[in-house]
Amino acid sequence: MAGKGTSRTGGYAVYLIPGVILSVAIIVVPLIMTVYTSFTKWNGVGDQKWIGFDNYTRLFEDTLFWSSFGHIFLLIIAMAVVPTLLGLVLAAVLFDYIAKTFNNRWASVFRSGFYIPQVIPVAVTGIVWGWILHPDYGALNKILDTIGLSGLAQNWLGDPNYALYSVMGVMIWFQLGYPIVMFMSGLQRVDPSLYEAADLDGASWWQRFRKITIYMIRPEFYVVLVTTTIAALKIFGQIFVLTRGGPSNSTLVPSYFAYKNFFEKAQVGYGSAISTVLTVIIIVLAFVFLRLQNRAEKAGA
Amino acid sequence: MTVTAVEKQAPASDEPVKAAKRRNPLRFAILIALLVLLLLMLAPLLVVAINAVKSPADYAGNGPLSIPGHLYWDGIVNFWNRVNFGQKLWNSFFTSLVVAVLGVLLSILNAYALGIGRVKGRIWFLVFFLVANLLPQEVLVYPLYYLSKQVGLYDSLWSIIIIFTVIQSAFGTYLLTSVYTEFPTELLDAASVDGAGKWRTLWSVVVPVSRPTLGVLFTFFFIWTWNEFFLPLVFLVSNDNQTVPVALGVLQGDRLMDATTTSASALIGILPAMLFFVIFQRTLTRGITAGAIK
Repeated sequence: MAGKGTSRTGGYAVYLIPGVILSVAIIVVPLIMTVYTSFTKWNGVGDQKWIGFDNYTRLFEDTLFWSSFGHIFLLIIAMAVVPTLLGLVLAAVLFDYIAKTFNNRWASVFRSGFYIPQVIPVAVTGIVWGWILHPDYGALNKILDTIGLSGLAQNWLGDPNYALYSVMGVMIWFQLGYPIVMFMSGLQRVDPSLYEAADLDGASWWQRFRKITIYMIRPEFYVVLVTTTIAALKIFGQIFVLTRGGPSNSTLVPSYFAYKNFFEKAQVGYGSAISTVLTVIIIVLAFVFLRLQNRAEKAGA
Repeated sequence: MTVTAVEKQAPASDEPVKAAKRRNPLRFAILIALLVLLLLMLAPLLVVAINAVKSPADYAGNGPLSIPGHLYWDGIVNFWNRVNFGQKLWNSFFTSLVVAVLGVLLSILNAYALGIGRVKGRIWFLVFFLVANLLPQEVLVYPLYYLSKQVGLYDSLWSIIIIFTVIQSAFGTYLLTSVYTEFPTELLDAASVDGAGKWRTLWSVVVPVSRPTLGVLFTFFFIWTWNEFFLPLVFLVSNDNQTVPVALGVLQGDRLMDATTTSASALIGILPAMLFFVIFQRTLTRGITAGAIK
């Protein structure tokens, strides 16, 4: 296509110059510096001392590092798995039932409502929930008290046994709207005659959901799963505002672990090793997902 | 759960189906179940809103669920003045707006070269922008922090503006290139027949035609930058430079933050976001879809 009009061959590279210069300065150079620093001992001032793989061997023996990844595993369930599955059912109910038996307006009101937690700044949702779950003056414990269930009241974010589960609950609330919006827009591609044919065959709602809905929106399914999983791996803001990794590291996550080493402990080399490992995991995961998606698309075609 | 029980028989014509649905009492059960779920989702925000305008004494006496006896604005006003919230709003607005404008411009230039110009090695550039999109900010933060101190941009809004312009335009380039790859060749040919050079073709043909996508990018960049927390937390340390999320986030756990002050602070953090949501709602829904197609 580009070769057809001779006027459009060559000479476009100049348009890339600002983008390349800025990307090198803001992304490439810092990335290389972090990877290099991960092989050194450095407190942020003075000279970096090359120590080879020492930071990495220390990392693999550090129980805090492993537990931070264990927490991420649970957060993937809360941020990717549960919202995707719940969102799938809700999107199908809204698109295929509410929109048809009532009307489209109801469906889009629900969609917007469920999406609202996603548009509020992460730090602010942290404040909202930090307050609601506060042990002394928080709304949840006060409500439990009012309805005579004060026995159920907990120090939701301050008790190592409950803190991570409380954060998981908050994250489900936060994430649910994204899959609903994605899946509902995916469903608009589905040929209505497919549903009509299924109706004629006497298929139940559940059968249509399993055989048509899920099958047709596989592309969105993959996109949602990969983006929410990566978001879980990167989680920082909510943890910072809700728990700062505590109590006693029960909600520590890799990004906050790296932040602490960078800016609180001045162990920049170690922090760099943590973020390098996190980066490698995210990129590998993304490319595995992309391959799976490509294969699924080929199989579907 | 009630959903699974809904069996729909399929009469031959459309009209009886609708009539049957109208008679079906289950449909209201499902609607009410969804409304309850929606109410639960929005309950935290509603609780914040009613307690933000409640006096501390009212809260102590009647708890978080009572409707305030009278509207008490002092909590919000005092908090606003204490943190100089107007300044934070301006910092957030200025940063987000400049990032959105510059980010869209940079995405246009990159995507023009990659999508329409198809420069050599375009695949590798695209892989680079894809990877740049995936990078966690933790892997960039320390060198950026170190370098910004060297060049005197630490604790300046411009450090955040430059960094986010590049980070956001990585996504923008990726998305916009896929749009420009399928740009109608006839329009480009017509422009070159008219004697327009590449620069004029870009601004008088390509940009106007792709305005809807550019609108989506602008909206996204603005809201994403507004909501950013990690890098602003690291870079904007002095009070006068903080953005809204940073100013609110670092106050958590402060002993001056009681129940009603905390809800007041949360409410003034929520309101601008809700305002953008209402303004940009249509673009947002369109945009989330566009992101899926990439």
